[in-house]
Amino acid sequence: MPRLKHDVEQLKERALFVRRDIVALLARSQTGHSGGPLSCADFGTVLFFHEMDVDPARLDDPARDLWHFSIGHVTPVIYSLMAERGYFPLRDLLQFRSFEGHLQGHPSKHDTPGIEVSSGSLGQGLSVSCGMALGSRMDGNPRRVYCVMGDGEQQEGQIWEAAMFAAHYKLDNLCGIIDYNRKQIDGDVEDVMGIAPLADKWRAFNWNVIEVDGHDVAAVIAGFEAARRTKGKPSVLLAHTVMGKGVSFMEDDYRWHGNPPSVEQAETALAELGTSLSDWTQRLQGHAAPGVAPSANGAG
Amino acid sequence: MSAATTPAATGAVTARIDLAKPELKRTREGFGHGLLDLGEKNAKVVVLVGDLSGSTNVSFFAQKYPDRFIQVGIAEQNMMCVAAGLAAVGKIPYLATYGAFAACRSADQIRVTVAYSDLPVKIGGAHGGISVGPDGATHQAMEEIAIIRSIPNMRMIVPCDYWETRKATVAAADDPHPVYIRFGREPVPVVTNAESPFVLGKANVVRPGGDLAIIACGVMVFEAMVAAEALAARGIDARVVNIHTLKPLDVAEIERAARECGAIVTAEEHQIHGGLGGAVAEVVVRSHPVPVEFVAVHDRFGRSGKQEELMTAFGIKSPDILRAAERVLSKKRAG
Repeated sequence: MPRLKHDVEQLKERALFVRRDIVALLARSQTGHSGGPLSCADFGTVLFFHEMDVDPARLDDPARDLWHFSIGHVTPVIYSLMAERGYFPLRDLLQFRSFEGHLQGHPSKHDTPGIEVSSGSLGQGLSVSCGMALGSRMDGNPRRVYCVMGDGEQQEGQIWEAAMFAAHYKLDNLCGIIDYNRKQIDGDVEDVMGIAPLADKWRAFNWNVIEVDGHDVAAVIAGFEAARRTKGKPSVLLAHTVMGKGVSFMEDDYRWHGNPPSVEQAETALAELGTSLSDWTQRLQGHAAPGVAPSANGAG
Repeated sequence: MSAATTPAATGAVTARIDLAKPELKRTREGFGHGLLDLGEKNAKVVVLVGDLSGSTNVSFFAQKYPDRFIQVGIAEQNMMCVAAGLAAVGKIPYLATYGAFAACRSADQIRVTVAYSDLPVKIGGAHGGISVGPDGATHQAMEEIAIIRSIPNMRMIVPCDYWETRKATVAAADDPHPVYIRFGREPVPVVTNAESPFVLGKANVVRPGGDLAIIACGVMVFEAMVAAEALAARGIDARVVNIHTLKPLDVAEIERAARECGAIVTAEEHQIHGGLGGAVAEVVVRSHPVPVEFVAVHDRFGRSGKQEELMTAFGIKSPDILRAAERVLSKKRAG
């Protein structure tokens, strides 16, 4: 049960739902990030609905895989994935970033059950994931640890301290994923502070680098499998993505990094995604008990 | 100072210490030995170090428990967060580096990753204070109390000697929160013993007295005891309170000192802003306002020199406490 192993069609549908969730919750909150969450939606869905062994009903299950978003600002996609996967009701998404809700602007361990460690200050999450991976190995626990990073985040020095550490300790139970959408809040990554050649950098740090189209769920599945097969070194998926993917007017535009759509823009976006704000809000409101959210083809 | 002896800081007197010629021992050795104590009794304890095994004395643990020892190299920010990850999977990680790098360089990692998640990471901040000596200002951490105690969920301990450091190190494992333990480099007077009580968050009254209270932490507890002895020779009864835990603060003991003594001197090997003095003043002004004088480093960086000459130059030796006592007593009399 814990590893859902959804097939490609199921994953595509779920990723579409995740995109709708992201736009709807941002329209409701009128605060939060749009671009990164949408670029993470496809590989994130593969992670939660195919790759990882997690059971939202048993958060302290010692066998669970561990996941950590070092890019804490992509909470719209994190919370959508959690809710769709059954960590909490979809309805909670409508209280994103509100005082009443439990969904903080950046992930908070003590506010949102299922968050293993809080994050939000960039550059720290890979180190945390290294600790999780090493500690698990010390205990003989076969679980895997997944860490989602941003491409702009690669500018933080601590990322490379952690990269060195993971390779030094041969943490092959650790899998990094970089949302390589080539945009950050001030502009194109290569204009703000170039990180290329990124794959070469990670290879030079003795990591197994797997480059994938981060929107091709079959390719992402294969990438995670390749990471699983790699022994003696950590793996990183360089997920080539497009900021704002799925919403035409947001795609590849850095100005959508840190802003929510207006209600009117959200209506346009949701129309492109095959629904409307009122219909999708109704779906979210109607899901009041945790459990894998239903899908049209019965994949839940 | 004559070869006066005074009861060791035990409450129940079990030993007497020679204030003129005290036994000297390194607090960092207390940290190292505390880790050895823990290694035996708690399998969850793991130790990380940032290329300073020898000077933080975690080498003792590394030799005995190599499977639970993690060398991180010169990467303190990574170390802090690796420790958080280890804590998240059930370990009780102790990490060691100099205080300058633990509290200052890694302050963001402590704040966001360790403390916000309230993970039981235990931070050994070595080389605290001006008494570090010849290394000079960059390595003389004097801001840790201010930084750490301003962060929610953190515990902050500044033990006074070898034994207290050893006990604090062991006690930290039983506390579910992140703990910072500050200790020093050079040998310092031993003023407690193996049997002295140590309860996290509970101050120890080292010497009774009702004319004024000297509230001290770290190596300044010894200096306070010396000053109290000199005051006694003048007929002044100074209470000496060892506040080894800066957070959570023993508010009741500070309030009692204010109420019963009516004048307070604080003594710390730390910047005057935000340290023990500030913490005590926050309590006193709210509950029982009395004159307070601060013996601390006055908003300046350290420099190279020997421990004793630096402490003298920076105004944190017992004669400085004596002068502060005179000032506070004259304010008390002026009412």
